[in-house]
Amino acid sequence: MSEGPVFELEEVGFSYGEVTALDGVSWRISPGCFWGIVGPNGCGKTTLFDLMARINVPATGTVSYQGRDIREYSRKELAREIALVPQDFYINFSFTVREIVLMGRYPHISRFAPPAARDLDVVDEIMELLKIDGFNDKYITELSGGERQRVVFARALAQDTPVLLLDEGTSNMDIRYTLNLLDMVADKVETGKMTAIAVFHNINMAATYCRKLAFMQAGKVVLQGNTDEVLNEQSIKEIFGIDCRVYFDDYVGARQVAFRRNRKV
Amino acid sequence: MAGKKGIFLLALLLVLVIIFSTGMGYIKISTLDVIKIIIARFYNDGHLLRGIDNIFPYVIWEVRLPRILTSAIVGSGLSIAGVIFQGILLNPLADPYTLGISAGAAFGASIALILNLSFLGMYSVPLFAFMGAVATLVVVMALSSSGGSVSSNNLILAGIIVAAILSAGISFIKYVADEQVSVIIFWLMGSFGSKGWPDVFMTFAFVLVGFGICIFFARDLNIMSLGDRSAFSLGVNTNRIRMTLLVTASLITAVCVSVSGIIGFVGLIIPHLMRFFVGPDSRKLLPASALTGAILLLSADTITRAVLPTEVPIGVLTALIGGPFFCYIFMKRRGVAGNV
Repeated sequence: MSEGPVFELEEVGFSYGEVTALDGVSWRISPGCFWGIVGPNGCGKTTLFDLMARINVPATGTVSYQGRDIREYSRKELAREIALVPQDFYINFSFTVREIVLMGRYPHISRFAPPAARDLDVVDEIMELLKIDGFNDKYITELSGGERQRVVFARALAQDTPVLLLDEGTSNMDIRYTLNLLDMVADKVETGKMTAIAVFHNINMAATYCRKLAFMQAGKVVLQGNTDEVLNEQSIKEIFGIDCRVYFDDYVGARQVAFRRNRKV
Repeated sequence: MAGKKGIFLLALLLVLVIIFSTGMGYIKISTLDVIKIIIARFYNDGHLLRGIDNIFPYVIWEVRLPRILTSAIVGSGLSIAGVIFQGILLNPLADPYTLGISAGAAFGASIALILNLSFLGMYSVPLFAFMGAVATLVVVMALSSSGGSVSSNNLILAGIIVAAILSAGISFIKYVADEQVSVIIFWLMGSFGSKGWPDVFMTFAFVLVGFGICIFFARDLNIMSLGDRSAFSLGVNTNRIRMTLLVTASLITAVCVSVSGIIGFVGLIIPHLMRFFVGPDSRKLLPASALTGAILLLSADTITRAVLPTEVPIGVLTALIGGPFFCYIFMKRRGVAGNV
């Protein structure tokens, strides 16, 4: 992988009509990193992902990918570089699970060509890794929320991109599959195959997997750096307005945050 | 039965239905004679016509075939438009008329009929219907778009609102129409009677080009059912493709409605029926629906033309057959998968 940053955001701003969603975000993401984004509801996390995947273009500032303005890439080029697991996912038509995962290969297959042997192999491999090969021919409409999310995850991995954006990508899964999937992503990051950026609501999960954290608040990245440095009682207090205890947990092998009930009686 | 084999069988079935129905009618013509007359025409070979009544080639060539082909093409066009609307609006209840195109066409036709416009001869009414449909499309698009993108909920709402206004307009026209009211009502119920070759060519041109555009974007349409974010991240420009396909499907619908009147249920049921057989993949669903739509609407028109003692308006017949049939599919599907 090249030495320069994968993403470089400079003073990026975006608004929906009158409502400012992002306000001067500057951020540099080096290759081979697993970044976690943490922040309160409505702080602009999804909007930031939309700009990084060029679903929208920034109103001010620039987003550069691999040293070039992201707007210079064609959509298809980007689809081979950046995969996105969206937050909400609903599908109304009864495609089979395998058909959905195969859609992840579309950026690699030309419009009227049938999928090549390699495409089918990638799909099989990923479905096995994510333990969804059991419902190959099941309809996506028959699956539960967590199962559906695993299929979406598989679809994004099948895209086989050097960058993966996870927007709360494990929110509906049980703990076993959450660990299973994040392990897989972390392994890919550590072997230098991937750069991953994930939005988390569970701060402890973010601390467990991400060596770097970015805290967002009101459309800004207010704090970023190594998890061991930026994750502390003071930063949680400032961003979420709650008291907590941050400690290094030997079993987890990372910092963890403990919360407690706010007693009124 | 998915795949090329199924499509080939459907195409073969369509050709057979065309030939059989050509022989049916007030004057019975044997299938062999029908084939002879068609071949004789193509090869300009008079020998084949020996022993066949002189009137037969005229009946087939000038009366029956234009009507038969128009009904097949319209069935095909409405089914294609149905697949596209359901796919784009992510709503299995959508049909070619969801955006109010039928109401627009009906309004245009009613105006032409009540004002007795005939400056273009027999094509005044279809032309007005087409203009009404296109104008409705423009208004609905303008109402529902914001900042270059359209949401399916907005489209459906705008379509319902505009259609409601136009329906009131049509009611008013009927109210003041006096003597022409029966003409208007008859037009609204749809008919393939007295269609000529110009109708065949015009609908064929629109439906063929439209089908080409739709099949070109069929794969993108599949991806778009994953939702906008996922589709974008897979390299699909959803806004542009949605607009292109909506306009294409609407123009197909507009041209179909303007030659035949309002024929309901075909555009709703055929895509459902075919999804049941070939699955939701648009690349298979589009050709399968196009062929099945042609076969079924042609069969329905043949029933009303040649089997029933008096001709029932085709729009009424499709609703009478299609409605209960739709209930059947709906019940069956609900038992199987819990979702459409």
